[in-house]
Amino acid sequence: MTKAKRKRLIYNLVTFGLVIGAFIILENMIAAKAISRSLKGQLVPICAWIIMAVSLNLVIGFSGELSLGHAGFMSIGAYTGAVVSGWLVAAFDMQDPILRLVLTILAGGILAGIFGVLIGIPVLRLRGDYLAIVTLAFGEIIRNLVNVLYIGTADGNLHFAFLNKEMPANVTMLVDGAKGAVKIKPISTFEVGFVLILITLLVVLNLVNSRAGRAIQATRDNRIAAESMGVSVTKYKMMAFVTAAVLAGMAGALYGLNSSTVVPTQFTFNQSINVLVFVVLGGLGNVLGSIISATFLTVLPEVLREFADYRMLVYAVVLILVMIFTNNPTTRAIADRLFAPVKKLFHKDRRETAGGGDVK
Amino acid sequence: MTQKKKHRSDTKMVPVPSHSIVPERDVNEIPVMETRHLGIEFGGLKAVDDFNLTIGKTEIAGLIGPNGAGKTTVFNLLTKVYEPTSGAVLVNGQDLHGMSIVQASRLGIARTFQNIRLFDKMTVEENVRIGLHNQIKYDMFTGILRLPRYWKQEKHQHKRAMELLDIFGMQDLADETAGSLPYGAQRRLEIVRALATDPKLLLLDEPAAGMNPHETEELMENIAKIRDQFQIAILLIEHDMSLVMGVCEGICVLNFGKIIAKGTADEIQANPAVIEAYLGKKKEG
Amino acid sequence: MIFLDNLINGLSLGSIYAIIALGYTMVYGIARMLNFAHGDVIMVGAYIAFCGLQYWGLPPVLAFVVAMLFCTCLGITIEGLAYRPLRQATSLAVLITAIGMSYLLQNIALMIWGANPKSFPTTFINGSSIRLGQLNISTAAIITILANVVIMVGLTLFTSRTKLGKAMRCVSEDRGAAELMGINVNRTISLTFAIGSALAAIAGILLCSSYPILQPTTGSMPGIKAFTAAVFGGIGSIPGAMLGGILLGVIEIFGKAYISTELGDAIVFAVLIIVLLVKPAGLLGKPMREKV
Repeated sequence: MTKAKRKRLIYNLVTFGLVIGAFIILENMIAAKAISRSLKGQLVPICAWIIMAVSLNLVIGFSGELSLGHAGFMSIGAYTGAVVSGWLVAAFDMQDPILRLVLTILAGGILAGIFGVLIGIPVLRLRGDYLAIVTLAFGEIIRNLVNVLYIGTADGNLHFAFLNKEMPANVTMLVDGAKGAVKIKPISTFEVGFVLILITLLVVLNLVNSRAGRAIQATRDNRIAAESMGVSVTKYKMMAFVTAAVLAGMAGALYGLNSSTVVPTQFTFNQSINVLVFVVLGGLGNVLGSIISATFLTVLPEVLREFADYRMLVYAVVLILVMIFTNNPTTRAIADRLFAPVKKLFHKDRRETAGGGDVK
Repeated sequence: MTQKKKHRSDTKMVPVPSHSIVPERDVNEIPVMETRHLGIEFGGLKAVDDFNLTIGKTEIAGLIGPNGAGKTTVFNLLTKVYEPTSGAVLVNGQDLHGMSIVQASRLGIARTFQNIRLFDKMTVEENVRIGLHNQIKYDMFTGILRLPRYWKQEKHQHKRAMELLDIFGMQDLADETAGSLPYGAQRRLEIVRALATDPKLLLLDEPAAGMNPHETEELMENIAKIRDQFQIAILLIEHDMSLVMGVCEGICVLNFGKIIAKGTADEIQANPAVIEAYLGKKKEG
Repeated sequence: MIFLDNLINGLSLGSIYAIIALGYTMVYGIARMLNFAHGDVIMVGAYIAFCGLQYWGLPPVLAFVVAMLFCTCLGITIEGLAYRPLRQATSLAVLITAIGMSYLLQNIALMIWGANPKSFPTTFINGSSIRLGQLNISTAAIITILANVVIMVGLTLFTSRTKLGKAMRCVSEDRGAAELMGINVNRTISLTFAIGSALAAIAGILLCSSYPILQPTTGSMPGIKAFTAAVFGGIGSIPGAMLGGILLGVIEIFGKAYISTELGDAIVFAVLIIVLLVKPAGLLGKPMREKV
């Protein structure tokens, strides 16, 4: 096994190990009732945000395109989840919540994926900041359209209306325009969320270390060189974009079915930005970092609830300071010097193991 | 316009090497690459004009000329980075008209870049593996699900990448990040990566730039070795005349976008037009 | 008549977008960064003017000047403290910092002025309107459109005639070369932020004179739309920002009037996407060719 391969294996093992370990600890805490009510309520959203962050990292960190509309895909998933779940009950009287949840998550992923293809075709023709602004525009369009969407069930059939609410008399509304998706029966569970995280990790980490994933990274590092090597840039950018959209749609369905209502204002541009912050703070291309920062930054506001008035202020200041300190050459040099002894230790350690291992 | 159309229709015929630099070589075979009246204009400026060149199957040819003569533009035309405004490029008799960079690459053109364009954040081996991209066939789901085909192909790919890196003795660097390599090694890696695409024609854009005389000499031997081992044609742009004269069987001199001379090293060295292009007009008296 | 009414409303809204978009486009052209906090500078400007009129009892003209001065200083401070240390950083790092700055401004405003919307006084530009036959044109609309024209002409003259303006164009063209020519790049960038922020204050006051609801998030949506307008017209181009802003305002008002009120924003963004697909560098932007 080569050095690079081993490094990657260790990284993947640590990533999976941490997620699984955290899950086991939390499950035990839930069983022992050693977990606060508010934290318990946060478990499913944390899962959803982790999936959002990891999937966005695929687009930004690995394919190198800035997407500012990721929450749009999440909202598609959330709405699809609410509708499909309501429809499954109304039309087929499906009561098993887990089966229903799995089916709705799949539906959410598929629909978000279809939108990912439709949006990706125009978006990926653009570059850099223009691409970013168009993803932002699409996110806003999705939010706007959902705002005037009406879906209801009557006699087991789905009824759609757009802009005007024309529904049969005996209708049960599932999506009610600006009021959002209403009367959802919350069926999301932490366990399903955990499995979804594992699937996300499996998809993203395995994809990245495969032929397609390398092609995706090549298009990020140097577009023209990748094309000259016979790598179709559009195809692989699209692959990353759509995969991320599918995962975001699944996360959306999970998130939407965790509460009784979903409103369009939950998925604004600001929400896309939040996920972007998870990704950037966790490190571009660093999946484990995305997981940690998504978890930390989702839990933190809850912990700081007593400082509700100041928490966003503090968050803003910390965000600015972290960005400056990690990106300014001077502060970086200072930090490097401070951590030099630690790094030296680590390096020496690594060299020794490398010497003992099978380098060739 | 009509003239261009007419020209396009006759490119469908089997081309005859008409402007080969070294006529006696590979004369009976379809040339690997042939350009016919190739030209491109940027806003009225003819950057390359009436460029005719034929390269035989295992020929090493040089493209030289003063700075700004349009050499790299020729490479960009051959690899479809630019669409020519006149004329045609034929690869193994096939017209590249309307093709993309990717399609040109799949027909067997590979290149290196004057300003190095490696995949900086990826390892050396991964860079080579991108070169192997189109020879390794498994789809996205095989990769995600790690089906047996994935393991088999990855193993094969690794072996092939190592063989290719061995050309320049770079196996030890396989796990380094490409962007962290020293300059000379980066240039060599670009050549390895281009070779990985299994090309029929390799375009080298100033491969010896920034190398010391010793390294240049080594590179010269390696270029010849690559041609013999892979049986491919090579076209190189270079300012180092010792390399060009030493390794190229045919040389083409470009000035202000036009070919001013073609021939063997000796012929070029004796050509007054070439001397004038490089040194300026000799003042009478 | 309704058509003309809508047209004037559209031009007025578009003029506000254009003034904001100028700030975005100038900063982008020179510092190559998307300054997401720009929309919030508008909000701050409007609040300062509001305080000037309501609490400090300043005459309107003075309140206006105070707001402009305050925003100018704010712009320079933001640039110096948050963006200057990141001159060499990746554009993504700068973007996130700008987003942090946007949050910061909103939350400071929230702490000082509270979340409850304030009604912006109409004493500033009085709520009267001029009658032209059957047409009713509000004074605010006229002033907004006039302000836009004046700013446009002023900025064009500034960048083409003055030494500082030429320095700005140099820096946007090639920062390294400008530095070698002895242009103080940092000072030029500061100047750009100063001008952009002063314009933001004007835009904030005009915006709140036409749509008199003032709250900490007042600036974000117009900010995003003005940013879209800048991209629409070709980011980095001053006439482009003007054109983009006005078109965007007209499209928004017409979309709301003739297609659907709820879908006004969606129509605006859809038009942006279509324009970018046809002209990837925006209406007046220069296409960039990558050197190979």
